[in-house]
Amino acid sequence: MLEWIIEEPVLVSVSVDCEYSFHFTHGGVADNLDIHEYQSKEILVNFGIPIPRGGVAYSPEQAVYRANEIGGERWLVKAQIHSGARGKAGGISICTGNEEIWNAADELLGKRLITNQTGNQGKLVHRLYVEEALEIASEYYIGFVLDRQKEQVAVVASSQGGVEIEEIAVAKPDSIVRTTVEPAVGMQPFQAREIAFKLKVGNPLVSQMVAILMGCYQALVELDAIMVEINPLAFIQGGGLVALDAKMSFDDNALFRRPNISELRDKSQEDVREMKAADRGLSYVGLDGNIGCIINGAGLAMATMDIIKQAGGEPANFLDIGGGASPERVAKAFNLILSDDNVETIVVNIFAGINRCDWVAEGIIQAVSKLDLQIPVVVRLAGTNVDLGRRILRESGLPILMADTLKEVAEMAVASWREHTGRMGR
Amino acid sequence: MAILIDENTTALVQGFTGQIGMFHSMEMIEYGTKIVGGVTPGKGGTKCLNRPVFDTVREAVEETGATASISFVPPPFAADGIMEAADAGIKYCICITDGIPAHDMIRVKRYMRRYKAERKMVLTGPNCAGSISPGKSMLGIMPPNIYMKGQVGIIGRSGTLGYEAASQLKTMGIGISTSVGIGGDPINGSAFRDHLARFEEDEETKVVVIIGEIGGPQESDAALFYKENMTTPVVGYIAGLTAPRGRRMGHAGAVISAFGESAAEKVEIFQECGITVVPSPADFGQTVADVLGAI
Repeated sequence: MLEWIIEEPVLVSVSVDCEYSFHFTHGGVADNLDIHEYQSKEILVNFGIPIPRGGVAYSPEQAVYRANEIGGERWLVKAQIHSGARGKAGGISICTGNEEIWNAADELLGKRLITNQTGNQGKLVHRLYVEEALEIASEYYIGFVLDRQKEQVAVVASSQGGVEIEEIAVAKPDSIVRTTVEPAVGMQPFQAREIAFKLKVGNPLVSQMVAILMGCYQALVELDAIMVEINPLAFIQGGGLVALDAKMSFDDNALFRRPNISELRDKSQEDVREMKAADRGLSYVGLDGNIGCIINGAGLAMATMDIIKQAGGEPANFLDIGGGASPERVAKAFNLILSDDNVETIVVNIFAGINRCDWVAEGIIQAVSKLDLQIPVVVRLAGTNVDLGRRILRESGLPILMADTLKEVAEMAVASWREHTGRMGR
Repeated sequence: MAILIDENTTALVQGFTGQIGMFHSMEMIEYGTKIVGGVTPGKGGTKCLNRPVFDTVREAVEETGATASISFVPPPFAADGIMEAADAGIKYCICITDGIPAHDMIRVKRYMRRYKAERKMVLTGPNCAGSISPGKSMLGIMPPNIYMKGQVGIIGRSGTLGYEAASQLKTMGIGISTSVGIGGDPINGSAFRDHLARFEEDEETKVVVIIGEIGGPQESDAALFYKENMTTPVVGYIAGLTAPRGRRMGHAGAVISAFGESAAEKVEIFQECGITVVPSPADFGQTVADVLGAI
């Protein structure tokens, strides 16, 4: 995933010195719906964005067939994974004949490709995109994203495409052009023209650049995308502007009204545990510590992880079980946490508002007794039905440690983990 | 005094007759909140919890004179419901709904700009626990018994972390003037700074606690606002010190994507601007007690 947000500088002394600060974040899985390059191109071509001729392949034979179908003399065989920086990681090969295409495809398919955005697990390649290779004269960057400061869609463009936007921001910040779109009327041609002229695309290309910018904005709004990026948008001698790579990311909250977009989901690109959690109504993010966390509410979950860290422990995950959690959902949360082999202690911290401490307690008992847990479980309950919840836990006779406060739960967790593992730190 | 809601606030419930809307309406009524009716399109003319149900917010406002609304309308229709409230003359709307599409919220924010300042509705949320002025009025889904009446204002993104702070304060015998939930979405109705300005004007509020988290520019904006415009002391906490970059931590808005959005960077900005930083989420009570003691 390539998600990014561009901000005005923060006006205090810790601010950065370039005009706009860019930080692009990568590697998200269950955060928003990401799709493959070829899927983005298939969408954008319907909004008038020119793309090279290409086709999807699932086998080396198919890759060769696609290349012959496309015709020409040089082709790109591109690994389709949810990550940028594929080229540097060996995910894109330039080929000049059938044998080269076959070999490149054979090499890539089934491989876990590790880029600087995937983490060290990499991402599985099981689809390829074979595309005609074009002679590039110049490369531009265009991107559309939500600007949280202005609460509008921001358009970012640069004449220095072909490298990641955060590299452009550092190396050639002056090349970056930026504007935001008034949501009531949408992107206007004059805005696109201003960008085209600032990028100095040259008069013959201005109208095409305007059409591409307008098309991308239209795609973003009509399909509830939260990011559209074309990098590079290349000028091909004699062929005008062509989108050589494209990325789109979609708002999870809007998928209910975008069934055609939901279908583009590729579960092979997602972390198995996070995917399972999401399917069960749990919000989970795996980390590399050893204290598993089961908490309600995103803010309290983050705060609990922070205080565990401050107490000398390392949280193994973020997990928000949400509101109105049934005993079954709590028990499922235990299963999920325990599927991470690094977990050596479990913390449950529930501040019940619309949750009920007695239900949570029942869920804990179900899990602890059924799973025959051999690791410490530290529980802190507060809020609705707290006395009942505590009593249920106490009377269960199970070896569950009970804490009264946030501070206590963190300290008890770290102490029990140390005692259980005989280690002081990771 | 309090901000946004008090004992005189009359409120409607949008999505009144649904299971969730009805459940929380009962809780709010029990707390003493003046719920004067509700809106569910198609159920106008009926009664729910002994209160009138209307088809439209406009009709409900005309009949009841309500000035506030709390919305439990499901995500596909929630943005529309907010705009309906704004147009019907509601002064303060709380949207509890979680899962509203980002582009819908962009439209809502743009729509609300059509009203002049004195006519413009205040919106908190979506994806929040609501607001409470203890002892006066509760428009939200929080457990009310953890909020004691007093002189501390709270503004927070997260529901449960707000509960944590309120209950720590209660344990130390410190009460709350108003607690406002602004919600965990990337584009929300109002920001920390909007409510800091209200608390600054509120004579009853002696200290304000802001409970922020990773992601977005609103905590830094609040810090700058405090530095330039406020005399009421502010203490602040940022959740997400252990959050990795680029991963969404539950809330759609809790993702570190730009400079100044990590917990460490936000804490640094707080310190630069003179906000007293709560060192750990277990220290809300003590930090506020110290700041109150120094006044």
